[in-house]
Amino acid sequence: MSDVMIRVENLTKHYGPTRAVDKVTFNVNKGEVLGFLGPNGAGKSTTMKMLTCFLAPTAGSAKVAGFDVFDESLEVRRRIGYLPEDTPIYRDMTVLEFLQFAAELRGMPADQRDARIKEIGGRCGLASVAGKLVGELSKGYRQRVGLAQALVHDPDILILDEPTSGLDPNQIVEIRSLIKELGEEKTVILSTHILPEVQATCSRIVIISGGKLVADGTPDSLRAREKGSRHRVVLEAAPNGAGGAGTRDGGAALMMRDRLSGIAGVSRCDTAITEDTAASAFEVYASGVADLRREIFKVAVDNKWVLLELARESASLEDVFRSLTTGDEPSKQGSGKDQSKAAARSASANEEARS
Amino acid sequence: MSAALTIGKREMRTYFNSPIAYIVVTVFTLIAGYLFFTQLFIEKQADMRAFFGMAPFLFMFFAPAITMRLLAEEKSAGTLELLITMPVRDWEVVLGKFLAAMTLLAAWLGLTLVFVATVKSLGPIDLGPTLGGYIGLLLMGGAYVSIGLMASSFSRNQIVAFIVSFGICFSLYLFGRLTQFLPQSLQPLIAFLSIDGHFENISRGVVDSRDVLYYVSVMGVCLLLATTALESRKWK
Repeated sequence: MSDVMIRVENLTKHYGPTRAVDKVTFNVNKGEVLGFLGPNGAGKSTTMKMLTCFLAPTAGSAKVAGFDVFDESLEVRRRIGYLPEDTPIYRDMTVLEFLQFAAELRGMPADQRDARIKEIGGRCGLASVAGKLVGELSKGYRQRVGLAQALVHDPDILILDEPTSGLDPNQIVEIRSLIKELGEEKTVILSTHILPEVQATCSRIVIISGGKLVADGTPDSLRAREKGSRHRVVLEAAPNGAGGAGTRDGGAALMMRDRLSGIAGVSRCDTAITEDTAASAFEVYASGVADLRREIFKVAVDNKWVLLELARESASLEDVFRSLTTGDEPSKQGSGKDQSKAAARSASANEEARS
Repeated sequence: MSAALTIGKREMRTYFNSPIAYIVVTVFTLIAGYLFFTQLFIEKQADMRAFFGMAPFLFMFFAPAITMRLLAEEKSAGTLELLITMPVRDWEVVLGKFLAAMTLLAAWLGLTLVFVATVKSLGPIDLGPTLGGYIGLLLMGGAYVSIGLMASSFSRNQIVAFIVSFGICFSLYLFGRLTQFLPQSLQPLIAFLSIDGHFENISRGVVDSRDVLYYVSVMGVCLLLATTALESRKWK
C-alpha cells in the first residue's frame, strides 16, 4: 500500500443550494497528524462525515486506506475510529457496557475484547468510571469515552471532530498529549478552531473556509507565507514641525499614513494603537514577503519624523488563519479581487453557521 | 448478521435499563387482564377468544409505544452517526432493532400465558386455536412492530413517530370494517389488506399461507422502507 492513507479529490457536498464542501482536494500520509481548520460552518464536520461514510459526497471522491468511501464503505469503516462532534454516546449504558458494545460492533474477536478494553480504558483514564452511566459523566470523561471507543479496535486511521471542545485546560492538555502519542503510530485527522491546539499537535494543516480549501501545509510553511509581511511602525512628528504638519492632530497621522502607503511594495497601511500619546502607530503590510524596514526608515528620515519603533513581525497561525478565512488582511497575492472573494467566503460561512 | 444481534442486545438492555419495558408491559398486562377476567367472571366464559379479539386493537398502542424511540431517538441524540459509522450495514441496524422490539413483544405475550393456564384450570382448552392464536399474535405483532419501526425511521421526533405508526396501524385496522361501504370490485383487495382479518383466520386454528404471507410481506416492506429511510441521508 502506498503511504497515502486518505486521498480526497474534488470532494463536494451540497445541501440543497448551499455548497457545504466545494471541490476540496488533499492527501493525508501515513503517520501524519492533520489539523483540519476552519471557522464554524466552514465544512469541516461535513467533510469528516463523508470520510467516515455517514454522508455521501455530491461529487468527487475520497479514498480511505485505498477504499472508496461510497463504494466500499464497510471496508473504510473497519479501518477508522471516529469521534463525532459533541460525542454522541448512549447515555443509558455504563462506560464498560458501551466499550464492549463498540468492540463487538467493530468486529473484535470475543477473546481479545476484555483485555483490549482494559488497556484502552487505562490509557484514556477511564478506570475509575468504568461502572458509571455515560449520562452521568462530565463532559471531559464523555469525551474520553468517545476517544476510547474510536481506539478500541486499534484502527490505523483516527478521525476526530473537535476532540477538545468543552474541556477544561487540564483535560485539553491530556487529550492533546494522547493524540500526539497516537499520531506516532496512526494517521490522525482532527478538526478544531482552536489554533494553539494545531500548533501543539499537528504535523500538517489544512484550512478550509466556506467549503473551499484555502491552505495546505505544515504549520511552519503556512506561517512563512505570511512571515515578514507585517511591520509595526511608531512615528512621532518632529517637535518643530520641520517636515510635519505641526502638532499631533489627525493631519500628521494622515500624512504619515499616506507617505508610508506610498513606499513601493506596501500593500496596505493601517493605523494601530500605541500607548505613546504623542506618537502614531501603523501596521504596514508588504505584498509578498518583502522586508521594508529600510524603506520605512528612509521615509522617516526624509520627513524628519522620529522613529520610535520599527519591527518586522512574524506571523502567527492566527494571522494566517484570519487572513485566509476572513479577508481582513491581504492574502498572498494581495489583490482586491482576492479579498472580496475571501469576504464572500466568510459571509457564506457565517450563514451556514447560523442555519 | 452478528452486528444485528449486537444492536438487538443493546436495545433490549435499553428497554430494561429504562422504565419503558416495565411501564408498557405492566399497563398492557393490566388492560388485557381486565378484559380477559371481565369476560371470565361476568359472562362465565373461559376461553381465549376475548383476548385474541382485542389483541389487534391493543397492539395498535403497544407496538408504537415500544418502537417510537428506536430510530427517532438515535437521530435526535446524534448517536445514529456513531452507530452508522461503525462497520455495520444499515439493514443490520434496522433488523437488530426489530428483533429487540419483537423480543419484548414476545416476552409480554409470554406473560399472557397466565390466561391460558387459567382457562385450562377451569376446563378443557382447545389447543389448536390457542396455539394458532399465539402464532398469529407473533405474526401480527411483527407487522405492527415493523410499521412502528418504519415510522420511527421517518422522523427524529418520537411523538410524531408514535402518531404516524398509530395512524398507519389504525388505517389497516379500519380496512376490515370498511368493506361493506366499498364497491364490490374493491372489496377483496381491501379485505386482504386488513391487518386483523388474517389474524382471525389464524386464531381459528387454520394457518393459511396467504395469511402468513400477508404479515411477512408487511414486515418485509416496512423494514425495507425503514432501511431506505436510513440510507436516505446519503442522497439528501
